[in-house]
Amino acid sequence: MAKQWDFSRIREWGWREHPVGPVIPEPGTADRYETGGWRSLRPILSPEKCVHCFTCFIYCPDSAIVVSAEKMKGFNLRHCKGCGICARECPKDAIHMVNEAEARGLEKCLLPEEGGTGREQTS
Amino acid sequence: MPRTVALIGTDAIAEAMRQINPDVVPAYPITPQTAIVETFAQMVGDGLVDTEMINAESEHSALSAAIGAAAAGARVMTATSAQGLALMWEMLYIASGMRLPIVMPNVNRALSAPINIHCDHSDSMGARDSGWIQLFSENAQEAYDNVLQAVLIAEDPNVLLPVMVLLDGFIISHAVERLDLLDDRTAKQFIGTLMPRDSLLDAENPPSWGVFDGLGGYYFEFKRAQAQAMINAAAAVRKVAGQYAEISGRHYDFFETYRLDDAELVIVAAGSAAGTIRSMIDDLRAEGLRIGMLKLRMFRPFPERDLVKALSHVKNVAVFDRSDTFAGEMGGPLFVELRAAFYEEEKRPQMLNFIYGLGGRDLSRNLIRQAVDSCKLAAGSNERQKRIIYLGIRD
Ligand code: SF4
Ligand code: SF4
Repeated sequence: MAKQWDFSRIREWGWREHPVGPVIPEPGTADRYETGGWRSLRPILSPEKCVHCFTCFIYCPDSAIVVSAEKMKGFNLRHCKGCGICARECPKDAIHMVNEAEARGLEKCLLPEEGGTGREQTS
Repeated sequence: MPRTVALIGTDAIAEAMRQINPDVVPAYPITPQTAIVETFAQMVGDGLVDTEMINAESEHSALSAAIGAAAAGARVMTATSAQGLALMWEMLYIASGMRLPIVMPNVNRALSAPINIHCDHSDSMGARDSGWIQLFSENAQEAYDNVLQAVLIAEDPNVLLPVMVLLDGFIISHAVERLDLLDDRTAKQFIGTLMPRDSLLDAENPPSWGVFDGLGGYYFEFKRAQAQAMINAAAAVRKVAGQYAEISGRHYDFFETYRLDDAELVIVAAGSAAGTIRSMIDDLRAEGLRIGMLKLRMFRPFPERDLVKALSHVKNVAVFDRSDTFAGEMGGPLFVELRAAFYEEEKRPQMLNFIYGLGGRDLSRNLIRQAVDSCKLAAGSNERQKRIIYLGIRD
Protein backbone atom coordinates (compact mmCIF):
# COMPACT_ATOMS: atom_id res chain seq x y z
CA MET A 1 0.00 0.00 0.00
CA ALA A 2 1.26 3.41 -0.92
CA LYS A 3 1.71 5.96 1.84
CA GLN A 4 -1.22 8.14 2.83
CA TRP A 5 -0.31 11.70 3.57
CA ASP A 6 -2.51 13.56 5.98
CA PHE A 7 -2.03 17.22 5.20
CA SER A 8 -5.49 18.33 6.27
CA ARG A 9 -3.95 20.80 8.73
CA ILE A 10 -1.11 21.97 6.46
CA ARG A 11 -2.13 25.59 6.79
CA GLU A 12 -1.42 25.41 10.49
CA TRP A 13 1.89 23.56 10.20
CA GLY A 14 5.02 25.26 11.49
CA TRP A 15 8.24 24.94 9.52
CA ARG A 16 9.30 21.82 11.42
CA GLU A 17 6.22 19.86 10.33
CA HIS A 18 6.65 19.91 6.56
CA PRO A 19 8.44 16.99 4.88
CA VAL A 20 12.18 17.59 4.36
CA GLY A 21 12.56 19.33 1.02
CA PRO A 22 9.46 19.88 -1.12
CA VAL A 23 8.38 16.23 -1.20
CA ILE A 24 4.86 14.84 -1.40
CA PRO A 25 5.10 11.35 0.03
CA GLU A 26 1.74 10.13 -1.23
CA PRO A 27 1.40 9.18 -4.91
CA GLY A 28 -1.32 10.44 -7.22
CA THR A 29 -2.32 13.54 -5.28
CA ALA A 30 -2.33 15.60 -8.51
CA ASP A 31 -5.63 13.85 -9.22
CA ARG A 32 -7.17 16.15 -6.63
CA TYR A 33 -5.84 19.25 -8.27
CA GLU A 34 -7.93 20.92 -10.95
CA THR A 35 -5.83 22.07 -13.88
CA GLY A 36 -8.82 22.31 -16.25
CA GLY A 37 -9.45 25.84 -15.08
CA TRP A 38 -6.50 27.10 -17.13
CA ARG A 39 -8.00 25.89 -20.39
CA SER A 40 -8.66 28.42 -23.15
CA LEU A 41 -8.92 25.82 -25.93
CA ARG A 42 -10.91 22.63 -25.63
CA PRO A 43 -10.21 19.38 -27.47
CA ILE A 44 -13.20 17.94 -29.35
CA LEU A 45 -13.23 14.34 -30.49
CA SER A 46 -14.67 13.21 -33.81
CA PRO A 47 -15.51 9.62 -32.79
CA GLU A 48 -16.10 8.50 -36.37
CA LYS A 49 -12.46 9.24 -37.25
CA CYS A 50 -10.90 7.72 -34.14
CA VAL A 51 -9.17 4.35 -34.56
CA HIS A 52 -8.38 4.01 -30.81
CA CYS A 53 -4.62 3.93 -31.31
CA PHE A 54 -4.09 5.76 -27.97
CA THR A 55 -1.41 8.07 -29.34
CA CYS A 56 -3.26 10.90 -27.58
CA PHE A 57 -3.31 8.91 -24.34
CA ILE A 58 0.47 8.49 -24.49
CA TYR A 59 1.15 12.15 -25.27
CA CYS A 60 -1.29 13.88 -22.96
CA PRO A 61 0.80 15.50 -20.20
CA ASP A 62 -2.14 15.55 -17.79
CA SER A 63 -3.50 12.03 -18.20
CA ALA A 64 -6.74 13.65 -19.32
CA ILE A 65 -7.61 11.17 -22.07
CA VAL A 66 -10.43 8.95 -20.84
CA VAL A 67 -10.12 5.33 -21.89
CA SER A 68 -12.45 2.52 -21.01
CA ALA A 69 -12.96 -0.94 -22.41
CA GLU A 70 -9.97 -0.30 -24.73
CA LYS A 71 -11.72 2.61 -26.36
CA MET A 72 -10.79 6.30 -26.44
CA LYS A 73 -13.85 7.90 -24.86
CA GLY A 74 -13.03 11.59 -24.64
CA PHE A 75 -11.43 14.04 -22.22
CA ASN A 76 -11.40 14.57 -18.50
CA LEU A 77 -12.03 18.30 -18.50
CA ARG A 78 -11.15 18.63 -14.84
CA HIS A 79 -7.53 17.95 -15.79
CA CYS A 80 -7.32 18.84 -19.50
CA LYS A 81 -5.49 22.18 -19.68
CA GLY A 82 -6.10 22.59 -23.39
CA CYS A 83 -2.50 22.35 -24.60
CA GLY A 84 -3.56 20.80 -27.91
CA ILE A 85 -0.83 18.16 -27.98
CA CYS A 86 -3.40 15.40 -28.49
CA ALA A 87 -4.88 17.24 -31.48
CA ARG A 88 -1.47 17.70 -33.03
CA GLU A 89 -0.29 14.12 -32.46
CA CYS A 90 -3.49 12.28 -33.47
CA PRO A 91 -2.61 10.46 -36.72
CA LYS A 92 -6.26 10.53 -37.86
CA ASP A 93 -7.04 14.20 -37.16
CA ALA A 94 -9.77 12.96 -34.90
CA ILE A 95 -9.25 15.78 -32.39
CA HIS A 96 -9.64 19.49 -33.03
CA MET A 97 -9.40 22.39 -30.67
CA VAL A 98 -12.16 24.93 -30.22
CA ASN A 99 -12.35 28.10 -28.24
CA GLU A 100 -13.37 27.24 -24.69
CA ALA A 101 -16.01 29.95 -24.50
CA GLU A 102 -17.41 28.79 -27.77
CA ALA A 103 -17.40 25.26 -26.51
CA ARG A 104 -19.38 26.27 -23.49
CA GLY A 105 -22.02 27.78 -25.71
CA LEU A 106 -22.09 24.82 -28.07
CA GLU A 107 -22.76 22.09 -25.60
CA LYS A 108 -23.72 21.39 -22.08
CA CYS A 109 -20.49 21.42 -20.18
CA LEU A 110 -20.98 20.62 -16.54
CA LEU A 111 -18.15 22.40 -14.82
CA PRO A 112 -18.32 22.41 -11.00
CA GLU A 113 -19.70 25.93 -10.80
CA GLU A 114 -22.48 24.82 -13.12
CA GLY A 115 -23.47 22.06 -10.77
CA GLY A 116 -21.52 19.27 -12.45
CA THR A 117 -18.46 17.34 -11.35
CA GLY A 118 -16.35 18.55 -14.26
CA ARG A 119 -15.64 14.97 -15.18
CA GLU A 120 -18.31 14.66 -17.84
CA GLN A 121 -17.12 13.69 -21.28
CA THR A 122 -17.68 16.09 -24.11
CA SER A 123 -18.52 13.61 -26.80
CA MET B 1 47.23 0.16 6.00
CA PRO B 2 47.25 3.69 4.58
CA ARG B 3 49.07 4.14 1.34
CA THR B 4 51.51 7.02 0.85
CA VAL B 5 51.38 8.31 -2.68
CA ALA B 6 52.49 11.23 -4.82
CA LEU B 7 49.52 12.59 -6.76
CA ILE B 8 48.31 15.78 -8.35
CA GLY B 9 45.34 17.23 -6.48
CA THR B 10 42.79 16.24 -9.08
CA ASP B 11 43.94 12.60 -8.94
CA ALA B 12 43.71 12.70 -5.16
CA ILE B 13 40.06 13.72 -5.57
CA ALA B 14 39.51 10.97 -8.15
CA GLU B 15 40.98 8.44 -5.68
CA ALA B 16 38.49 9.59 -3.05
CA MET B 17 35.71 9.22 -5.61
CA ARG B 18 36.89 5.71 -6.47
CA GLN B 19 36.70 4.74 -2.81
CA ILE B 20 33.28 6.38 -2.42
CA ASN B 21 32.07 4.56 -5.55
CA PRO B 22 29.16 6.94 -6.17
CA ASP B 23 26.09 5.52 -7.91
CA VAL B 24 25.93 8.38 -10.41
CA VAL B 25 28.45 11.00 -11.59
CA PRO B 26 27.11 13.42 -14.19
CA ALA B 27 29.90 15.76 -15.29
CA TYR B 28 31.10 18.27 -17.80
CA PRO B 29 34.77 19.20 -18.24
CA ILE B 30 36.20 22.61 -17.39
CA THR B 31 39.77 23.64 -16.65
CA PRO B 32 41.18 23.03 -14.08
CA GLN B 33 38.56 20.54 -12.87
CA THR B 34 38.72 18.43 -16.07
CA ALA B 35 41.48 16.22 -14.76
CA ILE B 36 39.19 14.96 -11.98
CA VAL B 37 36.49 13.64 -14.29
CA GLU B 38 39.05 12.44 -16.84
CA THR B 39 40.78 10.26 -14.27
CA PHE B 40 37.45 9.17 -12.84
CA ALA B 41 36.09 8.33 -16.31
CA GLN B 42 39.13 6.08 -16.78
CA MET B 43 38.29 4.36 -13.50
CA VAL B 44 34.74 3.83 -14.75
CA GLY B 45 36.12 2.49 -18.04
CA ASP B 46 38.47 0.15 -16.19
CA GLY B 47 35.62 -1.20 -14.10
CA LEU B 48 37.14 0.00 -10.80
CA VAL B 49 33.79 1.51 -9.78
CA ASP B 50 30.13 0.71 -10.44
CA THR B 51 29.29 4.33 -11.18
CA GLU B 52 26.86 5.33 -13.90
CA MET B 53 28.79 8.17 -15.52
CA ILE B 54 26.77 10.69 -17.52
CA ASN B 55 28.59 12.96 -19.94
CA ALA B 56 26.31 15.97 -19.80
CA GLU B 57 26.22 18.70 -22.44
CA SER B 58 26.76 21.50 -19.91
CA GLU B 59 27.28 22.07 -16.21
CA HIS B 60 23.64 23.11 -15.90
CA SER B 61 22.69 19.70 -17.23
CA ALA B 62 25.33 17.93 -15.14
CA LEU B 63 23.92 19.30 -11.88
CA SER B 64 20.36 18.79 -13.12
CA ALA B 65 21.12 15.11 -13.70
CA ALA B 66 22.79 14.95 -10.30
CA ILE B 67 19.66 16.38 -8.68
CA GLY B 68 17.41 13.87 -10.44
CA ALA B 69 19.66 10.98 -9.51
CA ALA B 70 19.89 12.12 -5.90
CA ALA B 71 16.10 12.38 -5.68
CA ALA B 72 15.97 8.83 -7.00
CA GLY B 73 18.03 7.83 -3.97
CA ALA B 74 21.47 7.55 -5.55
CA ARG B 75 24.72 8.68 -3.98
CA VAL B 76 25.79 11.37 -6.40
CA MET B 77 28.92 13.39 -7.09
CA THR B 78 30.02 15.85 -9.73
CA ALA B 79 32.82 18.41 -9.97
CA THR B 80 33.32 21.81 -11.52
CA SER B 81 35.21 25.13 -11.63
CA ALA B 82 34.54 28.83 -12.27
CA GLN B 83 32.31 29.33 -15.34
CA GLY B 84 31.01 25.81 -14.88
CA LEU B 85 29.88 26.64 -11.36
CA ALA B 86 28.37 29.86 -12.68
CA LEU B 87 26.40 27.91 -15.27
CA MET B 88 25.12 25.66 -12.47
CA TRP B 89 23.74 28.62 -10.57
CA GLU B 90 20.07 27.90 -11.00
CA MET B 91 20.54 24.28 -10.04
CA LEU B 92 22.74 25.04 -7.00
CA TYR B 93 19.73 26.52 -5.24
CA ILE B 94 17.49 23.67 -6.35
CA ALA B 95 19.93 21.06 -5.01
CA SER B 96 20.05 22.73 -1.59
CA GLY B 97 16.34 23.62 -1.57
CA MET B 98 15.44 20.01 -2.31
CA ARG B 99 17.85 19.01 0.47
CA LEU B 100 19.86 16.62 -1.67
CA PRO B 101 23.17 15.40 -0.27
CA ILE B 102 25.26 15.88 -3.42
CA VAL B 103 29.04 16.20 -3.02
CA MET B 104 30.86 18.43 -5.48
CA PRO B 105 34.56 19.33 -5.52
CA ASN B 106 34.96 22.82 -6.95
CA VAL B 107 38.47 23.57 -8.19
CA ASN B 108 38.65 27.29 -7.48
CA ARG B 109 39.28 29.39 -10.55
CA ALA B 110 38.72 33.05 -11.33
CA LEU B 111 35.43 34.00 -12.95
CA SER B 112 35.59 35.83 -16.29
CA ALA B 113 35.97 38.61 -17.47
CA PRO B 114 38.75 39.00 -18.40
CA ILE B 115 39.02 35.30 -19.05
CA ASN B 116 41.50 33.65 -16.74
CA ILE B 117 41.95 30.01 -15.85
CA HIS B 118 43.96 30.46 -12.65
CA CYS B 119 43.05 30.38 -9.00
CA ASP B 120 40.99 32.71 -6.98
CA HIS B 121 37.89 32.17 -4.88
CA SER B 122 35.45 34.33 -6.82
CA ASP B 123 33.58 31.30 -8.15
CA SER B 124 32.69 29.59 -4.88
CA MET B 125 32.36 32.86 -2.95
CA GLY B 126 29.70 33.90 -5.42
CA ALA B 127 27.79 30.77 -4.40
CA ARG B 128 28.14 31.46 -0.68
CA ASP B 129 24.42 32.14 -0.23
CA SER B 130 23.29 29.18 -2.33
CA GLY B 131 22.78 26.93 0.68
CA TRP B 132 25.73 24.62 0.06
CA ILE B 133 28.14 23.66 2.81
CA GLN B 134 31.62 24.85 1.78
CA LEU B 135 34.89 23.33 2.98
CA PHE B 136 38.26 24.76 1.96
CA SER B 137 41.38 22.63 1.53
CA GLU B 138 44.98 23.73 1.96
CA ASN B 139 46.55 20.91 -0.05
CA ALA B 140 45.83 17.65 -1.83
CA GLN B 141 45.70 15.71 1.44
CA GLU B 142 43.01 17.98 2.83
CA ALA B 143 41.09 17.93 -0.43
CA TYR B 144 41.06 14.12 -0.36
CA ASP B 145 40.10 14.04 3.33
CA ASN B 146 37.40 16.67 2.84
CA VAL B 147 35.75 14.76 -0.01
CA LEU B 148 35.42 11.60 2.08
CA GLN B 149 34.06 13.54 5.05
CA ALA B 150 31.72 15.56 2.84
CA VAL B 151 29.69 12.47 2.00
CA LEU B 152 28.78 11.82 5.63
CA ILE B 153 28.23 15.49 6.43
CA ALA B 154 25.84 15.86 3.49
CA GLU B 155 23.91 12.71 4.36
CA ASP B 156 23.57 13.43 8.09
CA PRO B 157 19.79 13.25 8.77
CA ASN B 158 19.92 16.59 10.62
CA VAL B 159 21.61 18.22 7.64
CA LEU B 160 20.73 16.80 4.20
CA LEU B 161 22.47 19.53 2.25
CA PRO B 162 24.90 19.48 -0.67
CA VAL B 163 28.59 20.04 0.04
CA MET B 164 31.17 21.86 -2.04
CA VAL B 165 34.77 20.84 -1.38
CA LEU B 166 37.06 23.67 -2.43
CA LEU B 167 40.61 23.34 -3.66
CA ASP B 168 42.76 25.97 -5.31
CA GLY B 169 43.06 25.67 -9.08
CA PHE B 170 46.51 24.59 -10.33
CA ILE B 171 48.21 25.33 -6.99
CA ILE B 172 46.54 22.24 -5.53
CA SER B 173 44.82 20.70 -8.53
CA HIS B 174 47.87 20.36 -10.77
CA ALA B 175 50.83 20.17 -8.40
CA VAL B 176 52.17 16.77 -7.32
CA GLU B 177 52.03 16.32 -3.56
CA ARG B 178 52.72 13.57 -1.11
CA LEU B 179 49.65 12.35 0.70
CA ASP B 180 48.27 9.36 2.56
CA LEU B 181 45.25 7.52 1.20
CA LEU B 182 43.11 5.36 3.45
CA ASP B 183 43.10 1.74 2.45
CA ASP B 184 40.00 0.93 0.43
CA ARG B 185 38.34 -1.16 3.10
CA THR B 186 38.67 1.47 5.80
CA ALA B 187 37.40 4.14 3.42
CA LYS B 188 34.40 2.06 2.40
CA GLN B 189 33.54 1.22 5.99
CA PHE B 190 33.72 4.90 6.88
CA ILE B 191 31.48 5.88 3.98
CA GLY B 192 28.93 3.12 4.56
CA THR B 193 25.81 2.98 2.45
CA LEU B 194 23.29 5.70 1.79
CA MET B 195 19.82 5.17 3.21
CA PRO B 196 17.72 7.10 0.70
CA ARG B 197 14.56 8.86 1.80
CA ASP B 198 11.47 9.19 -0.41
CA SER B 199 13.27 7.61 -3.36
CA LEU B 200 11.75 8.26 -6.79
CA LEU B 201 12.50 4.61 -7.54
CA ASP B 202 10.42 3.34 -4.64
CA ALA B 203 7.58 1.79 -6.63
CA GLU B 204 5.66 0.93 -3.43
CA ASN B 205 5.62 4.54 -2.28
CA PRO B 206 6.24 6.76 -5.28
CA PRO B 207 6.73 10.34 -4.02
CA SER B 208 6.72 13.67 -5.87
CA TRP B 209 9.87 15.78 -5.55
CA GLY B 210 10.47 19.48 -5.99
CA VAL B 211 6.77 20.18 -6.21
CA PHE B 212 5.15 23.53 -6.85
CA ASP B 213 4.68 25.34 -3.58
CA GLY B 214 1.20 26.32 -4.68
CA LEU B 215 -0.40 29.65 -4.13
CA GLY B 216 -1.03 28.82 -0.48
CA GLY B 217 2.60 29.54 0.20
CA TYR B 218 4.83 27.24 2.24
CA TYR B 219 8.07 28.44 0.62
CA PHE B 220 8.95 30.50 3.68
CA GLU B 221 8.63 27.44 5.95
CA PHE B 222 10.83 25.34 3.66
CA LYS B 223 13.50 28.04 3.67
CA ARG B 224 13.43 28.28 7.46
CA ALA B 225 13.94 24.52 7.65
CA GLN B 226 16.82 24.85 5.20
CA ALA B 227 18.40 27.57 7.33
CA GLN B 228 18.17 25.22 10.32
CA ALA B 229 19.86 22.44 8.34
CA MET B 230 22.82 24.76 7.75
CA ILE B 231 22.94 25.62 11.44
CA ASN B 232 22.90 21.89 12.23
CA ALA B 233 25.70 21.29 9.71
CA ALA B 234 28.34 22.69 12.06
CA ALA B 235 27.79 19.89 14.58
CA ALA B 236 27.82 17.33 11.78
CA VAL B 237 31.12 18.66 10.44
CA ARG B 238 32.64 18.27 13.89
CA LYS B 239 31.15 14.82 14.47
CA VAL B 240 32.36 13.49 11.13
CA ALA B 241 35.80 15.04 11.71
CA GLY B 242 35.99 13.08 14.97
CA GLN B 243 35.11 9.82 13.24
CA TYR B 244 37.59 10.57 10.49
CA ALA B 245 40.38 11.29 12.96
CA GLU B 246 39.91 7.81 14.41
CA ILE B 247 40.57 6.08 11.10
CA SER B 248 43.09 8.51 9.59
CA GLY B 249 44.91 10.13 12.51
CA ARG B 250 44.28 13.47 10.85
CA HIS B 251 42.31 16.02 12.83
CA TYR B 252 39.96 18.55 11.31
CA ASP B 253 37.75 21.25 12.72
CA PHE B 254 36.04 24.45 11.58
CA PHE B 255 39.47 26.02 11.36
CA GLU B 256 43.07 25.33 12.26
CA THR B 257 45.19 27.67 14.34
CA TYR B 258 48.92 28.07 14.16
CA ARG B 259 50.98 29.73 16.95
CA LEU B 260 47.87 31.62 17.93
CA ASP B 261 47.88 31.46 21.73
CA ASP B 262 50.12 34.43 22.51
CA ALA B 263 49.79 36.11 19.11
CA GLU B 264 49.10 39.84 18.87
CA LEU B 265 48.73 39.78 15.12
CA VAL B 266 46.87 37.00 13.33
CA ILE B 267 46.51 36.34 9.64
CA VAL B 268 43.18 34.72 8.67
CA ALA B 269 43.18 32.93 5.33
CA ALA B 270 41.64 29.97 3.50
CA GLY B 271 43.03 27.57 0.94
CA SER B 272 46.55 27.00 -0.29
CA ALA B 273 47.80 30.43 0.85
CA ALA B 274 47.91 28.99 4.38
CA GLY B 275 51.02 26.99 3.53
CA THR B 276 53.02 30.05 2.51
CA ILE B 277 51.69 32.06 5.44
CA ARG B 278 52.61 29.32 7.90
CA SER B 279 56.21 29.24 6.74
CA MET B 280 56.36 33.02 6.92
CA ILE B 281 55.04 33.00 10.47
CA ASP B 282 57.96 30.90 11.61
CA ASP B 283 60.38 33.44 10.13
CA LEU B 284 58.56 36.42 11.61
CA ARG B 285 58.40 34.70 15.00
CA ALA B 286 62.18 34.20 14.79
CA GLU B 287 62.40 37.96 14.29
CA GLY B 288 60.48 38.44 17.53
CA LEU B 289 57.03 39.24 16.16
CA ARG B 290 54.11 37.67 18.05
CA ILE B 291 52.20 36.51 15.00
CA GLY B 292 49.95 33.54 14.31
CA MET B 293 47.57 32.21 11.71
CA LEU B 294 43.98 31.02 11.58
CA LYS B 295 43.24 28.88 8.55
CA LEU B 296 39.53 28.68 7.84
CA ARG B 297 38.32 25.28 6.65
CA MET B 298 34.55 25.67 6.99
CA PHE B 299 33.20 28.77 5.31
CA ARG B 300 29.59 27.54 5.21
CA PRO B 301 28.22 27.37 7.77
CA PHE B 302 30.31 30.32 8.98
CA PRO B 303 31.68 29.40 12.43
CA GLU B 304 30.99 32.84 13.83
CA ARG B 305 31.12 32.14 17.56
CA ASP B 306 34.18 29.93 17.42
CA LEU B 307 36.05 32.51 15.37
CA VAL B 308 35.22 35.28 17.80
CA LYS B 309 36.37 33.12 20.70
CA ALA B 310 39.62 32.23 18.97
CA LEU B 311 40.45 35.80 18.00
CA SER B 312 39.08 37.93 20.84
CA HIS B 313 42.47 38.19 22.60
CA VAL B 314 44.19 39.40 19.42
CA LYS B 315 45.06 43.05 18.77
CA ASN B 316 45.32 42.96 15.00
CA VAL B 317 43.76 40.66 12.46
CA ALA B 318 44.81 40.62 8.82
CA VAL B 319 42.07 39.00 6.77
CA PHE B 320 43.30 37.58 3.46
CA ASP B 321 40.61 37.38 0.80
CA ARG B 322 41.17 35.74 -2.57
CA SER B 323 38.09 37.44 -4.03
CA ASP B 324 36.28 40.75 -3.82
CA THR B 325 32.65 41.48 -3.06
CA PHE B 326 32.60 44.57 -5.32
CA ALA B 327 30.25 45.98 -2.73
CA GLY B 328 31.93 49.38 -2.61
CA GLU B 329 34.78 49.48 -0.08
CA MET B 330 33.34 46.62 1.96
CA GLY B 331 36.33 44.37 1.27
CA GLY B 332 36.39 40.65 0.52
CA PRO B 333 33.73 38.20 1.75
CA LEU B 334 35.82 36.75 4.58
CA PHE B 335 36.52 40.25 5.87
CA VAL B 336 32.88 41.32 5.67
CA GLU B 337 31.70 38.28 7.61
CA LEU B 338 34.45 38.23 10.19
CA ARG B 339 33.93 41.92 10.95
CA ALA B 340 30.19 41.34 11.30
CA ALA B 341 30.87 38.47 13.69
CA PHE B 342 32.54 40.88 16.13
CA TYR B 343 29.73 43.43 16.14
CA GLU B 344 28.37 42.57 19.59
CA GLU B 345 31.78 42.10 21.16
CA GLU B 346 33.28 44.50 23.67
CA LYS B 347 36.79 43.61 22.60
CA ARG B 348 37.29 43.85 18.87
CA PRO B 349 40.61 43.49 17.12
CA GLN B 350 41.77 46.06 14.60
CA MET B 351 40.98 44.40 11.30
CA LEU B 352 42.67 44.96 7.97
CA ASN B 353 41.66 43.36 4.71
CA PHE B 354 44.17 42.17 2.13
CA ILE B 355 42.71 41.19 -1.19
CA TYR B 356 45.34 39.06 -2.91
CA GLY B 357 45.93 36.54 -5.64
CA LEU B 358 43.06 37.40 -8.00
CA GLY B 359 43.35 35.54 -11.28
CA GLY B 360 46.13 33.41 -9.86
CA ARG B 361 48.58 36.16 -8.97
CA ASP B 362 51.20 34.55 -6.78
CA LEU B 363 51.15 35.22 -3.04
CA SER B 364 54.88 35.51 -2.36
CA ARG B 365 56.48 35.52 1.08
CA ASN B 366 57.50 39.07 0.38
CA LEU B 367 53.86 40.12 -0.06
CA ILE B 368 52.98 38.55 3.27
CA ARG B 369 55.77 40.58 4.87
CA GLN B 370 54.33 43.70 3.22
CA ALA B 371 50.93 42.91 4.70
CA VAL B 372 52.43 42.40 8.14
CA ASP B 373 54.24 45.77 7.86
CA SER B 374 50.91 47.47 7.07
CA CYS B 375 49.39 45.86 10.14
CA LYS B 376 52.24 47.04 12.35
CA LEU B 377 51.73 50.55 11.05
CA ALA B 378 48.00 50.41 11.73
CA ALA B 379 48.61 49.03 15.22
CA GLY B 380 51.00 51.93 15.98
CA SER B 381 48.60 54.60 14.80
CA ASN B 382 45.83 53.51 17.21
CA GLU B 383 43.14 54.99 14.97
CA ARG B 384 40.37 52.65 13.95
CA GLN B 385 39.40 52.71 10.35
CA LYS B 386 38.48 50.23 7.69
CA ARG B 387 41.40 49.45 5.42
CA ILE B 388 41.16 47.43 2.28
CA ILE B 389 44.50 46.80 0.64
CA TYR B 390 44.97 45.16 -2.73
CA LEU B 391 48.10 43.18 -1.98
CA GLY B 392 50.50 42.84 -4.90
CA ILE B 393 48.58 45.17 -7.22
CA ARG B 394 50.57 47.21 -9.74
CA ASP B 395 49.77 50.65 -8.40
S1 SF4 C 1 -4.76 9.62 -31.26
FE1 SF4 C 1 -6.58 10.08 -32.48
S2 SF4 C 1 -7.14 8.12 -33.39
FE2 SF4 C 1 -5.67 7.66 -31.78
S3 SF4 C 1 -6.99 7.25 -30.00
FE3 SF4 C 1 -6.49 9.39 -29.89
S4 SF4 C 1 -8.19 10.40 -30.94
FE4 SF4 C 1 -8.30 8.26 -31.51
S1 SF4 D 1 -5.51 19.24 -24.86
FE1 SF4 D 1 -3.61 18.67 -23.81
S2 SF4 D 1 -4.30 18.30 -21.73
FE2 SF4 D 1 -6.14 18.28 -22.95
S3 SF4 D 1 -6.44 16.13 -23.48
FE3 SF4 D 1 -5.28 17.05 -25.16
S4 SF4 D 1 -3.16 16.64 -24.62
FE4 SF4 D 1 -4.36 16.32 -22.76
